[in-house]
Amino acid sequence: MAWMKKILRVDLTAGTCTSEPLNMEWAGKYLGQRGLATKYLCEEIDPKVDPLSPDNKMIYATGPLTGTCASTGGRHSVITKGALTGAIACSNSGGWFGAELKFAGWDMIIIEGKAPSPVYLMIENEDARLLPADDLWGTTTWHTEETIKARHGDPQIRVSSIGQAGEEGVLFAAIVNDLHRAAGRSGVGAVMGSKNLKAVACRGTRGVAVNDPKAFMAATAAGKKVLVENAVTGQGLPTYGTQILMNVINESGALPTRNHRDAQFEGANNISAEAMAETRKTDGKTNLLTKQACFGCTIACGRISQIDQTHYTVVNKPEYWGASGGLEYEAAWALGAANGVDDLECLTYANFLCNEYGFDPISFGATVGAAMEMFEIGAITTDDTDGLELKFGSAEALSTLAELTGKAEGFGKIIGMGSKRMCEKYGHPELSMSVKGQEFPAYDARGIQGMGLGYATANRGACHLRSYTVASEILGLPEKTDPLVTEGKAALVKAFQDATAVVDSSGLCLFTTFAWSLDDIGPQIDAACEGDWSVDNLMAMGERIWNLERQFNMQAGFTGADDTLPKRLLTEAIKSGPAKGKVAGLAEMLPEYYELRGWTADGVPTDETLARLAL
Amino acid sequence: MQKSLHIIAEKCTGCLQCEMACSYDNEGVFNPSKSRIKVFNFHEQGRFVPYTCTQCADAWCMKACPVDAIVINQQTGAKEVLEDVCVGCRVCTIACPFGTINFNTDTGKVIKCDLCGGDPECAKACPTQAIVYIDADWTGLDRMKDWAGKTDTQPDAQA
Repeated sequence: MAWMKKILRVDLTAGTCTSEPLNMEWAGKYLGQRGLATKYLCEEIDPKVDPLSPDNKMIYATGPLTGTCASTGGRHSVITKGALTGAIACSNSGGWFGAELKFAGWDMIIIEGKAPSPVYLMIENEDARLLPADDLWGTTTWHTEETIKARHGDPQIRVSSIGQAGEEGVLFAAIVNDLHRAAGRSGVGAVMGSKNLKAVACRGTRGVAVNDPKAFMAATAAGKKVLVENAVTGQGLPTYGTQILMNVINESGALPTRNHRDAQFEGANNISAEAMAETRKTDGKTNLLTKQACFGCTIACGRISQIDQTHYTVVNKPEYWGASGGLEYEAAWALGAANGVDDLECLTYANFLCNEYGFDPISFGATVGAAMEMFEIGAITTDDTDGLELKFGSAEALSTLAELTGKAEGFGKIIGMGSKRMCEKYGHPELSMSVKGQEFPAYDARGIQGMGLGYATANRGACHLRSYTVASEILGLPEKTDPLVTEGKAALVKAFQDATAVVDSSGLCLFTTFAWSLDDIGPQIDAACEGDWSVDNLMAMGERIWNLERQFNMQAGFTGADDTLPKRLLTEAIKSGPAKGKVAGLAEMLPEYYELRGWTADGVPTDETLARLAL
Repeated sequence: MQKSLHIIAEKCTGCLQCEMACSYDNEGVFNPSKSRIKVFNFHEQGRFVPYTCTQCADAWCMKACPVDAIVINQQTGAKEVLEDVCVGCRVCTIACPFGTINFNTDTGKVIKCDLCGGDPECAKACPTQAIVYIDADWTGLDRMKDWAGKTDTQPDAQA
């Protein structure tokens, strides 16, 4: 129960859709979503495969709690070999699409091969078909979603699609569902585009049942109570969204600014949650219109924003005057502080474009930051940028590059390579602020030491959502640790990584973990699913998933040498603020981390470790 | 004293917990497509609006039913569908001006809100109190109180 126990296998080359039973033995070891789909991917593809070749596969995966009344139980993930990184990719999204897939009767969709011409997958309960998408190709995710709903005459269809960025092979292209929720990172949208798959549309009328309904209703009700009574999930996130962090992280001296040249941004307050709620002088309205919850979420951190109609980015463009997905903290940082841009309306516009054209605002913003630094040191000139003045702080440069990158035109095509390839192209690989080819999110590893170790070892490349030690190091959850010291961080990172792998495999949202521990989550999973899902078993499973992903990456060609950080973070001390004088103390943490993981000094899981984890 | 489901749309976040509670109570599974309450997303306006049967006093559905399958629960005031009497003719779905009674193809009967016998699950599940179950004669009481609080008829002590 909770699982639908069915997989949809779509062979794009052959044009077939077939139903298979879910491998319940694997479900018992990997639960669902991130863990279970990674197991399938590892069994079905050669990790050395070119991510953009037909031999790569991509899996849409839900968790057992997706589509239930557990708070935040609406998540799905896309698991594949990442186009940006060449590493295992697992990009998690909210909205309503994941739950709809369950209601149609499917736990997962495994997509393989490549369609001879553009198609979209239409799922109505057990009926799944590939339909021509020639007329949708070359259009945005917003247009695609609207068109598919209208074509099938059903506004209750949920759509997950790529925009032009995914079609054109922008290496950090995202897959966008429900207009502004996204499987955002690692270039999963480019993989989808390489397969000529424009969209997956879904409508389901089947129900999701649980194993022990009485225990499940009690456990989920108890969980909701914990969320509402917690200051972060009950007040901070619903009121301010994740943007509550902008001023907090800036004040802690760990807000990467201008491609990590600085760690505090003088314009942070202008792009913060507080600024979003302020009345604009121009039109008397606020940027933030309202909050929005994803499926089943009792937190509601999502932002719905409206752009000032007189702002230069949207004047004469009424299609951007309506409300849509507003800035989350990561996007506001990447589009703003990373480039020194503090124009809130411009950032909101760029964020709309990220959703509409389907690309990751974090990697995009960070890559623009790297380009601006190369421009400032003269490594690239207006000859390279089609005349664009890429100066730090230029809102015009940012909005223009967002337009160009979405369509992979002009210098936007270069930005679309991601910072690693772009900086290598111009002879400055050291200016790419990335790990395993993926750009950093919004926390400076020098000012929050645990994040440095987390970035270096994250299986999908630099990522805050694999071990969010910010919770402990800055917010004091579940207990406060000093962000400037390395001591104890190896164990902290490992614990966060393993627990996160559990949450990402369940169908729940990671943001619950500001309030929930596995003691809150375990009983919900245990009541929903057959089998023993005690906290101990879940933690062991989290570690198993982490090591399975690690094995995939090692077989793909990564080694311990890739568990590192850019030279800037390791050698250039932060110049001012509370973290002044700090560099990332990775060397002090990594050996201990390997040891705690049961890996060799080179970062290879030992046979004993693999045996202990039943791998 | 009868109660009514009362909706305060501005509080709704679109989480659909109400739809899941409704479907679970009625169908035993989580299945918003069989919910008697629906949340509508007016995306460009940034508005979510839950909507369900208001239990009309002079109910169009009940009057239209040719087999008297819709009856009043005297205790709650709800218009309830008698499943074993309903013949699935769907005349009520045409008669209802608000669209809140609908045909269920799985059972061949119509479904509508029955106030869960006087303890509506949707109101209990709503995390933001956008759906409340309150005195049917005084659904405006909170709004009256809000406005009353803004009314200043006291003499100005400083004058």
